[in-house]
Amino acid sequence: MVKSILLVGVGGQGTILASKLLTTGLMEAGYDVKMSEIHGMSQRGGSVSSQVRYGDKVESSVIEVGGADILVSFEKMEALRWLKYLKPDGKVVVNDYEINSMPILSGKFDYPTGILEELASKVPTKVVHAAKRAAELGNPKVMNVILLGTIIRSMGLEAIDWEKIICDNVKAKFKELNLKALTAGMDLV
Amino acid sequence: MKKLLTGNEAIARGAYEAGVKFASAYPGTPSTEILENIATYKEDILAEWAPNEKVALEAVIGASIAGARSIASMKHVGVNVAADPLFTYAYTGVNGGMVLVTADEPGQHSSQNEQDNRNYAKFAKIAMLEPADSQEAKDMTKAAFEISEKYDTPVLLRMTTRVCHSKGIVECNDRQEAGIKDYVKNTKKYITVPAHARILRLKVEERLQKLLEFSNNTSLNYIEWHSAKIGVIASGGCCSYAKEVFGDSASYLKLGFTYPLPTEKIKEFCQKVEKVYIIEENDPYIEEQVRILGFDCIGKNLIPFCGELTPDVIRKAVYGKENPSIDYDADKVVPRPPTLCAGCPHRGLFYTLGKRKNLLLSGDIGCYTLGFAEPYNAMDYNICMGASISAGHGAQQVFSMQANSPMRAVAILGDSTFFHTGINSLLDVAYNRSNTITVILDNRITGMTGHQENPGSGYTLQGKETRPVDIEKLVKACGIDQVIVINPNDLKAVEDALDWALSLNEPAVIITRWPCVLKKFSPQDKEEFKGSFTKRCTVNTEVCVGCRSCIKTGCPAIYFDKTSKKASIGLDCVGCEVCLQVCPKQAIQKEEA
Repeated sequence: MVKSILLVGVGGQGTILASKLLTTGLMEAGYDVKMSEIHGMSQRGGSVSSQVRYGDKVESSVIEVGGADILVSFEKMEALRWLKYLKPDGKVVVNDYEINSMPILSGKFDYPTGILEELASKVPTKVVHAAKRAAELGNPKVMNVILLGTIIRSMGLEAIDWEKIICDNVKAKFKELNLKALTAGMDLV
Repeated sequence: MKKLLTGNEAIARGAYEAGVKFASAYPGTPSTEILENIATYKEDILAEWAPNEKVALEAVIGASIAGARSIASMKHVGVNVAADPLFTYAYTGVNGGMVLVTADEPGQHSSQNEQDNRNYAKFAKIAMLEPADSQEAKDMTKAAFEISEKYDTPVLLRMTTRVCHSKGIVECNDRQEAGIKDYVKNTKKYITVPAHARILRLKVEERLQKLLEFSNNTSLNYIEWHSAKIGVIASGGCCSYAKEVFGDSASYLKLGFTYPLPTEKIKEFCQKVEKVYIIEENDPYIEEQVRILGFDCIGKNLIPFCGELTPDVIRKAVYGKENPSIDYDADKVVPRPPTLCAGCPHRGLFYTLGKRKNLLLSGDIGCYTLGFAEPYNAMDYNICMGASISAGHGAQQVFSMQANSPMRAVAILGDSTFFHTGINSLLDVAYNRSNTITVILDNRITGMTGHQENPGSGYTLQGKETRPVDIEKLVKACGIDQVIVINPNDLKAVEDALDWALSLNEPAVIITRWPCVLKKFSPQDKEEFKGSFTKRCTVNTEVCVGCRSCIKTGCPAIYFDKTSKKASIGLDCVGCEVCLQVCPKQAIQKEEA
């Protein structure tokens, strides 16, 4: 049985570190893991995704349309942009956080309204306020690890030794902060 | 020891384990991280950024001739640049094993075309391997060196974006030292005068026969039997996609060694299955061989000839159906195109160029290609690395033939692109004396591929301080007398420089010298650009009249609030002051960040 987790957001939000921690944990727990990301031309500020697949034996690293068990969106509008990649019986965790794209900044478009309602009308949707929680923890940058916490809880992966994974992969002085962020994320869902 | 590695990291690991001594490359997505990761093995491998892919491959060829296992890596279009030495080294053969990694881009995530470089192996008559995942990327890199030395051939290791950038679990081993082979002068092998090359030409054909035999017998090409109703032939990443779609309902001929293709194995497979599907991205490379062998198959008549063949694409092509998915109100999703960063030193130039008339803006490859887009609309074409100057020269010569033409050509390229192939193009301008204007955007780093050092940055890939090229002196030495260096954030300086260059009837070069906003400053940068990026601009809403002049700079830090009808500037502002200079009401001021 292969499970597929789709992390989406905006370039610069830290989806890459979150998926790195996630895949490392899954590997150490004994799963076969594959992960796909596209980086390159000016992804900064653009729409980005990390696709994580794990199970006994994983062939393709790519999640197909209608193939993800869970869609975790680091930014509100991105959840909708990637929704077609979710299985019809999948679930969404969406960070209630807006990043304006260039056409919105320039006044050509408004940031769309009713996104959360649109999501909730289609699929089980959990809205989280990871930016607020990160600010409470004292560092807005840990938003990505909070969102990693929501994935772990949503996918029932709590048994993996995440403390070790975090200690192995983040600088010592940020260890405590990241561990708190992970727990905070798990408590959000 | 197991590690989770991308395909690119796995190639680096494979090179390390194979005893590689020398590596060279020019950065290019999706290949860049190969050399960056090889460079981490500082004690064992000398890894260098070369000014371009041809130079990288030639350096690697020299290292191979001198007896070391050597590897070059580049994106697919880089192999076009490096094709010249490749085709001749294919004749001479190697001393130390030599591998060339080509990173192809089905789907064109970050490239100007989608060329299928498997054709290069056939064209140059050299062995080729195609890994499907990270473990194979490592294993096949090692195998490639064995094949290179055993069969006296350069080896092409063909990757695609997904295999480069996907992670998988890789079993890592220790390094096996391969040493450095003795260098023995051998002019019959390495001097390619026609008398020698004609003999080498025959040897290439003999080599291909031996490689064909290897291809038919190697475990790199294998059959996985399930149902005989459907037979799938695939190589590289396509094989894993096909397995997602066909599962155990098909048997597979999985090809890892793909030039020469294993004709006997293909025959054996095709004879035993009822229906043959060829799943391959881009060209019908395998399909043509299967058809030559006399077998009917389903290939490009059904499977798309472009883009990535992800499982959903194959499923739709083969079964005519898609997985069920969720529809949503598409009006609620606004585009999110890539943009020049807040504080990007290219902004001031493109803002100014976009307002000018009668300019042909000859573009190039880099972040600055985004100058073509809204709100600047300041680029007419871009062809390939370095072409801005030479194509601009050709256009200017034609404009100059017409007595009444108001048009002038302005070539625009970055520092790294200038070092890549712009210098020889500038020699063309200087030598043939067109009044082309060349703008070199010197942002002190190779930006778009993620900040690689280059001949102008003062540091090598492995962190050694080196002598940075002086672009101004170099331009003058080429034969250009009219050169000016400006700060591109100073809009008046940009306007004045353009006016000055346009007034001349001879070649001129404008160098815009300001660091990329994302650059990690070197001690020299800290000295030269003291105090930069430490302030920010703010809008005085009392004075702002909502004219949107600042919005037209295309800066992602500036937001137009439709309710208050005023501009505001976000915290990502680094104080480049371009918006401050265009505000007609002086409503923008600068303060300490």
